[in-house]
Amino acid sequence: MCTYCGCGQTGGHTHEHEHEHSHDGHVHSHPHDHGHDHHHHDDHDHHHAPLGGSHAPGLDEARIVQIESDILGANNRYAAENRAFLAGRKTFALNLVSSPGSGKTTLLVKTIEALRGEFPIAVIEGDQQTGLDAERIRATDVPAIQINTGKGCHLDAHMVGHAIQNLDPEAGGVLFVENVGNLVCPAAFDLGEAHKVVVLSVTEGEDKPLKYPDMFAVSDLMVINKVDLLPYLSFDVARCIEYARRIRPEIEVVQVSATTGQGLDEWLAWIRRGREAATARRRQAG
Amino acid sequence: MHEMSLCEGVLRLIQDQARLQEFSRVQVVRLEIGELSHAEPEAMELCFEAVMKGSLADGARLEIIRTKGRGRCRKCGTEAALKHRFDPCPSCGAFGLEVIDGDAMRIKELEVD
Repeated sequence: MCTYCGCGQTGGHTHEHEHEHSHDGHVHSHPHDHGHDHHHHDDHDHHHAPLGGSHAPGLDEARIVQIESDILGANNRYAAENRAFLAGRKTFALNLVSSPGSGKTTLLVKTIEALRGEFPIAVIEGDQQTGLDAERIRATDVPAIQINTGKGCHLDAHMVGHAIQNLDPEAGGVLFVENVGNLVCPAAFDLGEAHKVVVLSVTEGEDKPLKYPDMFAVSDLMVINKVDLLPYLSFDVARCIEYARRIRPEIEVVQVSATTGQGLDEWLAWIRRGREAATARRRQAG
Repeated sequence: MHEMSLCEGVLRLIQDQARLQEFSRVQVVRLEIGELSHAEPEAMELCFEAVMKGSLADGARLEIIRTKGRGRCRKCGTEAALKHRFDPCPSCGAFGLEVIDGDAMRIKELEVD
């Protein structure tokens, strides 16, 4: 069993990947065979049996063990692997985060319809339950994988790594990761994306950036969605942007309505620029 | 509640260290959780007990060292205490201070036997 995400342990998210598990010998190998080295991090050799119980009691004395390790270190190593793999594939990856109901999936569907003729697109959908969102994406004829986190409140880099292997994205395209609807937990977990994009709908209130500062602190773009509803609401767009920039002065902002198409050109242009810049940088680097 | 995942991360680090440094029981776990980090100490305590159950740290005491947030103003360079990410610079009033301390979530040390 996988100690990282507990797959197979808690009946958590479902991934359809092939996973080599040898439970008796405690061997766990991830077949990352897309041309990048999958180092198995430091001294980490994926033992899965509970430790302890085999030592004779009374022989040891209490002692201090200094560790000084980042609690998110394992996630960050998986994220770095994902990032390296995506760089090798010249794939521009975006991690879409928001509260539930901000319109992420509708925005994605409209985005895919507009861009799918220009470059390859693949999607990873995260939700606690159901494959409904992945079905909506697949209806646009692009490959999509659903990760169900079960009780989990966020995607982590390990789950996403498996989903990327499974999707096997075509080079030179864009990978959208739609995170679980939650403005808190996904902020802590780097997935290996180029940018976190926070989607905020105008029905939610302009003070969201102050209420959930951690998410806005790690996002590079804020998409203000459902702007067609502004005439019916007291949402103050300028104040919302000002609040977001108190936390992250450099955050970029686009205002869109995924349903009417208003402002979508600006969002699409941002994606195209990011994809081109990422590919160019990688050409220079490579 | 991502504190559950964070505690699972703590347990993995403990298990790795148990192999490297050869110990079989953990009595005390000391974490550093910054005021500007992604974790709430109370939620960590709740999840810690549940996650450690049945492991070599079952029943271990959790001690959380709370580090204060500190920021540096990008405009005037002042360094100051930062309670929230959206607090302004106390000298020039600019927002968006760069966090220089208090955002870490680290496992510091263990007491083991």
